[in-house]
Amino acid sequence: MGVELYLVISTIMLCAGIYGFLMRKNTLAMLISVELILNAADINFAVFNKFLFPNQLEGHFFTLFAIGIVAAETAIAIAIIINVYRNVQSLDVDKIDKMKH
Amino acid sequence: MEYTILILLLPAIMFIFLGLAGHKLKPKIAGIFGTISLGIVTLLSLTTAWEYFTSPRVNGVFEKIIPFNIEWLRLGEFLHIDIGILLDPISVIMLVVISLVSFMVHLYSMGYMHGEKGFQRYYAFLSLFTFSMLGLVVATNIFQTYIFWELVGVSSYLLIGFYYTKPSAIAASKKAFIVTRFADLGFLIGILVLSFYGQTFGFIDLMGGSSDLVLQGAAQKSFLGIGVLSWALGLMFIGAAGKSAMFPLHIWLPDAMEGPTPVSALIHAATMVVAGVYLVARMFPLYIVYAPGVLEIIACVGAFTALFAAIIACVQTDIKRVLAFSTISQIGFMMVALGVSTSMDAHGGLGYMASMFHLFTHAMFKALLFLGAGSIIHAVHSNEMKDMGGLRKHMPITHITFLIACLAIAGIPPFSGFFSKDEILAAAFKFSPMMGWVMTVIAGITAFYMFRLYYNIFWAKEAKHEHKPHESGYSMTVPLMVLALITCVAGFIPFGHFITANGLVYDLHLETSVALLSVGVAIISILIATIFYRKETQPIPEMLASKLKFIHKSAYKRFYIDEIYQFITHKVIFACISTPIAWFDRHIVDGFMNLMASATQKLSYLIRNFQSGRVQQYAYVFLLGIVVIVGLILLIL
Amino acid sequence: MNILLFFVIIPILMIFFLWISKNRNQIRGIMVAGSSLLLILAGILTYLYLTQRAAGDTAEMLFRSDYSWYSSLNIKLSLGVDGISVAMLILSSIIVFTGTFASWQLENQTKEFFLWFCLLSLGVFGFFITIDLFTMFMFYEIALIPMYLLIGVWGSGKKEYAAMKLTLMLMGASAILIAGILGIYFASGATSMNILEIAKAGNIPHDAQLIFFPMTFLGFGVLGALFPFHTWSPDGHASAPTAVSMLHAGVLMKLGGYGCFRVAMYLMPQAANELGWIFLILTSISVIYGAFSAIVQTDLKYINAYSSVSHCGLVLFAILMMNQTAATGAVIQMLSHGLMTALFFALIGMIYGRTHTRDIRELSGLMKIMPFLSVCYVIAGLANLGLPGFSGFVAEMTIFVGSFQHTDIFHRVITIIATTSIVITAVYILRLIGRSFYGEVKNPEHLKLTDATWDERLSAIVLIIAIVALGIAPLWMNNMIGDSVLPIVKALVIK
Repeated sequence: MGVELYLVISTIMLCAGIYGFLMRKNTLAMLISVELILNAADINFAVFNKFLFPNQLEGHFFTLFAIGIVAAETAIAIAIIINVYRNVQSLDVDKIDKMKH
Repeated sequence: MEYTILILLLPAIMFIFLGLAGHKLKPKIAGIFGTISLGIVTLLSLTTAWEYFTSPRVNGVFEKIIPFNIEWLRLGEFLHIDIGILLDPISVIMLVVISLVSFMVHLYSMGYMHGEKGFQRYYAFLSLFTFSMLGLVVATNIFQTYIFWELVGVSSYLLIGFYYTKPSAIAASKKAFIVTRFADLGFLIGILVLSFYGQTFGFIDLMGGSSDLVLQGAAQKSFLGIGVLSWALGLMFIGAAGKSAMFPLHIWLPDAMEGPTPVSALIHAATMVVAGVYLVARMFPLYIVYAPGVLEIIACVGAFTALFAAIIACVQTDIKRVLAFSTISQIGFMMVALGVSTSMDAHGGLGYMASMFHLFTHAMFKALLFLGAGSIIHAVHSNEMKDMGGLRKHMPITHITFLIACLAIAGIPPFSGFFSKDEILAAAFKFSPMMGWVMTVIAGITAFYMFRLYYNIFWAKEAKHEHKPHESGYSMTVPLMVLALITCVAGFIPFGHFITANGLVYDLHLETSVALLSVGVAIISILIATIFYRKETQPIPEMLASKLKFIHKSAYKRFYIDEIYQFITHKVIFACISTPIAWFDRHIVDGFMNLMASATQKLSYLIRNFQSGRVQQYAYVFLLGIVVIVGLILLIL
Repeated sequence: MNILLFFVIIPILMIFFLWISKNRNQIRGIMVAGSSLLLILAGILTYLYLTQRAAGDTAEMLFRSDYSWYSSLNIKLSLGVDGISVAMLILSSIIVFTGTFASWQLENQTKEFFLWFCLLSLGVFGFFITIDLFTMFMFYEIALIPMYLLIGVWGSGKKEYAAMKLTLMLMGASAILIAGILGIYFASGATSMNILEIAKAGNIPHDAQLIFFPMTFLGFGVLGALFPFHTWSPDGHASAPTAVSMLHAGVLMKLGGYGCFRVAMYLMPQAANELGWIFLILTSISVIYGAFSAIVQTDLKYINAYSSVSHCGLVLFAILMMNQTAATGAVIQMLSHGLMTALFFALIGMIYGRTHTRDIRELSGLMKIMPFLSVCYVIAGLANLGLPGFSGFVAEMTIFVGSFQHTDIFHRVITIIATTSIVITAVYILRLIGRSFYGEVKNPEHLKLTDATWDERLSAIVLIIAIVALGIAPLWMNNMIGDSVLPIVKALVIK
């Protein structure tokens, strides 16, 4: 299997993530889209590590590190979303603009 | 003669004392303090005059003495303002006139102002005025004159507005101050010009002193086709015209009669209003040499004012107004006398001597007239002629003294006015027959309106009075008698021995033809007035008034000069300059600042939309930014 | 220790003690003690200054000392005074003293008010004692900031608007000013920001002068109410509390004239000679325009504010005439106007405190109700219209005579135009006095009002004494200032 296939998959994931982030109005769905983007990056790290520097492990380590960070970030994000939901009874991103003023 | 400093200091101290502590004193005590200090000042002035005029002459003239001089303010290398005392014939004569009249007025006011609220304040202001006026006449330099000139202006303002709750008094005081202030602007600019070219303020330096060469150099220079010194002296005359109520700056003087009557006698008849004449006389050597053209203008302005005021005086019904216009007219005489002088020698300078002589005699008889009028007003509580009439029986002393003053101003010998007026007419005839005839006619009108006044007050129909009028008390009649006495004898003072243009002795002699002419005219005028006004009914004047309705009315309304001024100040200056400027300031200048502020605010509202708070919008912009940057990079690479 | 440092230390101590003060009596005690100390200090300084001069010390600045502050940028706290600064210090201390008494009755948040008031005076005193461009600017800013709070919190009327306007306009000006100052510093290539050093070297290139002179002059000129940047003054003064109006119109506006003279003109004489005429026209417009505007105003404070525009315009007008007499006149005018306008604002504050209106159409016959205040107001008015015996006359005459000695005909003509202001001043002052103080009392409510209390009397009397003293015996002040403007005027004469 060549590197291109992996890259195509990760590209699709990235684009899907961006599309989802821009188009979905539900904050949870947006969060999932962000996860997609991050995962696409993770895949790239792992793939390039494997094909370019097979004797080294930095890419894999970085992927694992990123997964850990993403988990923490998701936890915080979900906590914020829950709190927002409690306050405004909505997850629609366009309606959450009270903090602006 | 160092004691002359006391002449200035005593009234000044009295002003401060009465001004600060007056309200703690009993009114009478305050009055006595003021009067006594003025009495001392009068004695000192008379002593000064005696000592000065008996001192030996040097080269035939009296020496100018500066017994006291300090530097008050230094303005550059050459210019410095001094405060000092300069004694020369005219200042010494003025000292006597001012302190004498002021003393009489102080004494008179004890009775006249008795029981008035603010009696102490009144005496404080009188002292301030006396101080300023004395400071003005003894000034050693033109700037000191200006300083005291302003101070007499403000004392006049304060005294006219003495009844500060009366709207007409407030308006009159404001008018007097602003009109004279406007004229003073001319004076100030004149001083600036003169000091720029002469590099000195001192009178002695300016006249034949160290600055003579400098001034001769300046005489060559001109501005807008007129010599700079003519400008300077002409502008100074504007100041003099304002203070002396020359046309068209005379409008404040009739209104100034709103003040207490003794104040009118002191300030607006005898002393302050002749300050303009004094100023021209003081600068006379410069006028003769450097600005003979301005002197001619002075003569014309004086003659016109004299005629103009005399006509108005014929129809006024308020006795103080009549006297006010008569004052304006008489000052016009003095100005004419100065203006018709053509040289410094005895012959050409006759007018100079005559004006000073008339100033002296006029101060006495006009103060007498005003104090007499005050006595009448005190008795009948009105200024209007119709409320008087037949008072000769009730007020004998006032009647006799008033008659003496009327005869003096009409120019009947042997009263003082005859002699001084005769000299003025002689000088005017020497200048040009035309001027002489005009002045003779005005003298005739003077006699007419004075006797119109006299008959209307003391003869004619007796008005109904609530209280029977009675003669005033001694504090008021004594000054009347003193002034009447002076009026009777002052004409025989050999004035030419004291004051002449060049300082040399000049023996006065009556010009027989002129004297006969003027006495003849005066007697005819008096006769006309007698026919017109002596009777209880006055058919002829009424008929004339209805026949010449237009002239009568416009003269009664003082030829609408006040209305013109009112129009200029309110409609032009207030409405067309100040209001637009204030509007401009609020709406254009300030509006521009507000515009900047609101523009900034609008702009920031505009920019604020970039920070919408919508995550997805940020993401769009972010993405777009990346695409653009990547695109640019690709394009460049 | 340099005596000048006390002018900064005393306000700092006052701030500290006010901070820990507990009640109104303590606050009053601190303020009276501090402001009296400052007044005494100014007196001592004047005495020392005059004796040192009399002893033959001809240095341009006396009591010099330098404290290094931020050495890597060559910023020093350089102290020094000449006759001009001494005169200004006397003025400031008198006004701080009288301002304290004028706000004696202040009710709300007294402590905070006086804290900011002290900070304001700290800035003012600091400005006059330093001769280092940077520290001067710093003190200038210190004086500006408290203004915003003092007007915004303790003011009256449209106070937020006025405070904002005043602060923003002055801040805008100081932005230009700091650019100008830095420009001067770098263009001169000096090793410190000391004014004396820069002036002595005198090597600011001609092109740089043409850029930085207008910037500096304008920067300071806005504070001196230069037309058309004067509009902060009527609104600001009208809304400010009494003591702040006094200090602002009395002293802070003088910072402008002082700065223009000492910084802009002294350091950049060539540009001053070349561009002076532009500002001369602007200032003469200020003089006439302010006076005309004052005629139709109806608010006592607006009348006075426009009158200030006119009189402060005369200050800038005179320094642009660039000769010794006119410049001396300018400094005396600063002093005289400071005292007069402080007196005016103090009296207006006192009248407003009683009648709760400043509209002259609603005031009438005050002379009967409150004779003391009214007499003081008439005195202030007469002083303002330049009556002999008061300081205004001395100042104006010195300016006019000095300006008229200029050899150029343009300057002389423009002087004549400026002199007409004395008539217009008389018009608006007398109109106001006639309308509000004389006459009968029209509003029966006003009959219940009382005359001045002792603290108000003290405040007014001190100011009147200062005005009269300067007006009757001006010679020593004239000489002290005249000697000190000489170096600056000499620098302005292009060889």
